[in-house]
Amino acid sequence: MGKFKIITKGLIQENPTFVLVLGMCPTLGTTTSAINGMGMGLATMFVLILSNFAISLLAKSIPDKVRIPAFIVVIAAFVTVLQLLMQAYVPELYKTLGIFIPLIVVNCIVLGRAESFASKNPPLDSALDGLGIGLGFTLSLTVLGLIREILGAGTFFGMQFLPHGGVLAFILAPGAFIVLGYLMVLFNKLKSKMYNK
Amino acid sequence: MAKKSTFGNMVLVLTLICLVSSAILGVVYGLTKGPIDAAETAKINASIQEVVPTFDNQPSKEMFKVQLNAEDSITVYPAKKDGQIVAYAIQSKTTKGYSGLITLMVGVTADGIIYNTAVVQHAETPGLGARITIRQPGCFADQFNKANIAKSVFKVKKDGGQIDAISASTISSRAYCDAVNTAGIIFNKINENQEK
Repeated sequence: MGKFKIITKGLIQENPTFVLVLGMCPTLGTTTSAINGMGMGLATMFVLILSNFAISLLAKSIPDKVRIPAFIVVIAAFVTVLQLLMQAYVPELYKTLGIFIPLIVVNCIVLGRAESFASKNPPLDSALDGLGIGLGFTLSLTVLGLIREILGAGTFFGMQFLPHGGVLAFILAPGAFIVLGYLMVLFNKLKSKMYNK
Repeated sequence: MAKKSTFGNMVLVLTLICLVSSAILGVVYGLTKGPIDAAETAKINASIQEVVPTFDNQPSKEMFKVQLNAEDSITVYPAKKDGQIVAYAIQSKTTKGYSGLITLMVGVTADGIIYNTAVVQHAETPGLGARITIRQPGCFADQFNKANIAKSVFKVKKDGGQIDAISASTISSRAYCDAVNTAGIIFNKINENQEK
């Protein structure tokens, strides 16, 4: 598999949100605005790249029976590093994302990639896989957040363009499910068109 | 694929991974401690500046705590000019919000008039309760300004009070009133303590 292919498959064929449908809790919870979605996506990408790389290096020396606990420790360490860094340099974003940052530890995307890709592939490919999946996640969350923000609050990346806001339901939980559902349909329709030619 | 598992190598590998991870965490904690504290102080200072008239001391260095009840105390930042107290920035809080703690900075001049209020921290619903943070002429928070905190108890109109709640966000509006009222209690306590 080419290096470029590893990155792009995370965007479309194995898009974590619309195709693999993993990590739904942060997806639905943080996408109240485009900025929040993007922040969450980038945070997860950071952890994915580093944990994939580290796990790929370590995989051969970890005994099979303790591999899950070992992976979790590695992932948790990177998440805590990220948490401290965000608290120090982007306190505003850290505050909005709140509990979802520590919860990246149990995000099934991260552990899923560690188990299904990083433990069987060389370090560089694994880091690229983390980058691809991370980008896919970031893009999906940003689009989802953007649509909810436009419909729900009448803002575009925080800039107000509808003076009286929008349909509040889209900012709340039901809106997250509705928008995600329609995006998933749209995404899979486009994807099948692209690959069935 | 992976190595065969024996008791020895499992314990060894896990211990090593934990050791290395905690070493990395220790280093990062040390590196980020300064910036984290600085970011927090900067946030507090910014909200103090927003809620009190001009001052020339460093309120965050002269802060003191006032006991609210047996378990809880509230931090107060005195703003002074030429050594005289011009206002108190009272960091009030409430748990009556729609989701989680709301922390307000309430600026009260020495004679008990609310100068301004600012939201330090909240987790209200974006687009609904989060509108308590909007600051523009005629906004929700403006209703508190210039009121006498020592003599008023704030309530939303639905509860028979004087404050127009943010539409569809009565709970957040009530919580805001509650936090301002707490600041009022604290202000009265400061005065009582001084008279003693």
